[in-house]
Amino acid sequence: MSAAHWRRAMNSAAASALARGAGVPARVPASRSRPPVARPVEVDPYADSSAPRWLKFLWRHLGPRHVLLPLLALVFPLVATPFFTFQVAAQALVLGLVALSLTFLAGYGGMVSLAQLTVAGIAGYSVAIFGVSGTAVSLGWPWWVCVPLALAIATVCATLIGWLSVRTEGIYTIMITLAIGVAFYYLVLQNYSVFNGFQGFQKVYPPTVLGIDWRSPLPFYYLCLACSLAGYLVVKWLVRAPFGIALQGIRDNPRRMNALGYNVVAHRVAAYAVAGLIAAVGGVLLVWYNGLISPGSVSTTWLINILVIAVLGGMRHPIGSFVGAVVFVLLQTFAIDLIDRERFNLVIGGVFLAIVLFSPDGLLGLWAWLRSRFGPEQAVTATTSNSRRRT
Amino acid sequence: MKKAKRIWMGSMLGMAATAVATTGPAWAQGAPVKIGLLATLEGPFAAGGADGMRGAELALAQRGGTVAGRKVEIIKASSNANPDVAVNAVRKLVEQDKVDIMVGPLSGSEGIAVKDYSKTQPNITFINGGSGAQATTLVNPSPNFFRFNTEGAQWMVGLGKAAWDKGYRRVMVIAEDYAFPYSQVQGFMAEYCRLGGKVPLKAWVPLGGKDYASTIARIPKDVDALLVVLGGADAVNFLNQYEAAGGDKPMMGGSITVSQDVLNYRGKRRDSLVGTISAGPLADAYDGAAWKQFVDAYRKAYPVSAGGYPSPSLFALVYYTNMKAALDALDAVKGDLSGGQAKYRDALQKLELRMPTGTVRLDGNRQAIGTTFVTEVVKDSGGNLTTRVLRKVENVEQLLGMPRDQFKIGTRDEPSCP
Repeated sequence: MSAAHWRRAMNSAAASALARGAGVPARVPASRSRPPVARPVEVDPYADSSAPRWLKFLWRHLGPRHVLLPLLALVFPLVATPFFTFQVAAQALVLGLVALSLTFLAGYGGMVSLAQLTVAGIAGYSVAIFGVSGTAVSLGWPWWVCVPLALAIATVCATLIGWLSVRTEGIYTIMITLAIGVAFYYLVLQNYSVFNGFQGFQKVYPPTVLGIDWRSPLPFYYLCLACSLAGYLVVKWLVRAPFGIALQGIRDNPRRMNALGYNVVAHRVAAYAVAGLIAAVGGVLLVWYNGLISPGSVSTTWLINILVIAVLGGMRHPIGSFVGAVVFVLLQTFAIDLIDRERFNLVIGGVFLAIVLFSPDGLLGLWAWLRSRFGPEQAVTATTSNSRRRT
Repeated sequence: MKKAKRIWMGSMLGMAATAVATTGPAWAQGAPVKIGLLATLEGPFAAGGADGMRGAELALAQRGGTVAGRKVEIIKASSNANPDVAVNAVRKLVEQDKVDIMVGPLSGSEGIAVKDYSKTQPNITFINGGSGAQATTLVNPSPNFFRFNTEGAQWMVGLGKAAWDKGYRRVMVIAEDYAFPYSQVQGFMAEYCRLGGKVPLKAWVPLGGKDYASTIARIPKDVDALLVVLGGADAVNFLNQYEAAGGDKPMMGGSITVSQDVLNYRGKRRDSLVGTISAGPLADAYDGAAWKQFVDAYRKAYPVSAGGYPSPSLFALVYYTNMKAALDALDAVKGDLSGGQAKYRDALQKLELRMPTGTVRLDGNRQAIGTTFVTEVVKDSGGNLTTRVLRKVENVEQLLGMPRDQFKIGTRDEPSCP
């Protein structure tokens, strides 16, 4: 959803309110009901059919890729090896989920926070501390207590981080969130009574629920897929909801939104809270994926890696974070097979540089460029159906 | 038209992904034995990791790359001393590259994490690389994880007595804040405290820390010496800053402090390193014939011009040890890894490994019983710093001669004698 979208939405809402007010003047004072809700009205080509609303919605918004991609994701573990299912696909989904929270904050809220992995780390550490692990420091509470608790703690922390950093802009936001991330790293590194210092927590495994061992590759993959899909849909829905529209307005012009009566700080802090919850889910999955958490898991390397994933995929669409995560994980895993074992980081860095250099919008930008280059009919229809389909 | 094209592209992508996913695993159990080799080629132990790889490769090269007629193929992987990275790398070697035997990792908490992972792969044999955490083989040992190198506490046996003999009565400890230095400090203090020595202060500094100013400021005036258990780049950083602060206390080193990394140090305090005592599983100047042979082989394979050290480092030795054990046992069973590698593991357990430094056996937890050297830094005729053997301690066990029920794994506070 771009700035142009938002403006159009606001314009059409204003126009429809005007039309209603002029057309039926008698009804408004008579019913004494609330004023008409400002909502974008679009011409619905399927309006005359008798299908239920949700079906019409799906029909309008679903393309083949919306069916093919989830289908592929569902079938993938059935044909792939457990290694690919677990280490490549599940890890990519988890990292993608954490990066998604950054894409939401940065792409739609204009706030680049490096502390998203820290929030994920807080959730992961909470699971390890309250739940069961191989370390004596852990309290050993059951998962249905410690997982919601971890999510709550991480969301509160994310809100606090947001509350601290929303008063800053641009590079200062990056600086302050980086500082928070580094501070948390040193806290867990040097605190032994709660965080168990350098050792961290070993053997933090997902529980066995409903007779399924969620640690084994297949169930864990589907767990990650479900959480990622939920996170993705929440972001997609949120950016079209009034809150998301307002957030994008704030991203584009905070002063004007302030003048319109929107509470800029509250919207931004709320965005941090939502992103925090998404990152927290990712953090719980991440600690379960690794089976351990140690200060190395929340070090600056990983803070930056999340940013790399988000930028690599492209921040113009929530799917970008997952695309970026897949490429990132594949590179991390297999770059060492391509080149001299002691120089493989060169490949990783080189690919990242090339992508960012040739496509500032990440892989999604590259994809859009390819489509406009090799799909001539796209250009003709671009102003109508295509622009609406893209969010 | 547009939709058809989209579907077509989507399905092509799908097929490509499926193809990538399915071609990876399938090649059958062919002739070569695959050995996975993991060391830290990134992070604070990058230099040590590279030398560890050299040691492991040397062990294979000495057998001409084949064991009992089967070709041995090494597949390398890298980590950065973080346990999660190490487990990811090992999982790739085991599940994707399908190695038969796994050698690695290098650092302490990596070792514990890989040992935990090894329990989920009962058909693969895991042999340690360089990691020296005590808990790896003492707490919940894994039936398929073997360690042919002695660990951190064992490496320091003999140093306590040497310090006492040098007249050090009070010693301050400066060590990195994780499992391996804990065990090193324990190995030293177990003996030193028994003799009546005092350790009034232990400073635990973060791994990879750059700034030691606050630690240096805390050094009490009344200690006789410092026990510095820092590795690689950290030790050189500390030396630089201690020199700049005008420090003059004599030092004792941990096993990875006085390694070739530090002996190649070029600072002004270089000469004051002469006389530093330390203990470890190797001594550059040990004059055993087997050791001299090993050093010659190392120098020939990795001359200084090609990036090798003047003398093999500790990591080269421990990786060499573990890789040699893997190959010797493979030779003993004539390359037979069938039956979930049961025979192979039996051979490993019974192995009497002839090492350049002495014979190594395994105890009931599959942990090495081996030799420790107490050494002193001296300057050789070429101006290189090297070490001289003060004493050779044989048959050092993991429990340091204590009964199992009295033995506690070293931590920040254990043992203590202020």
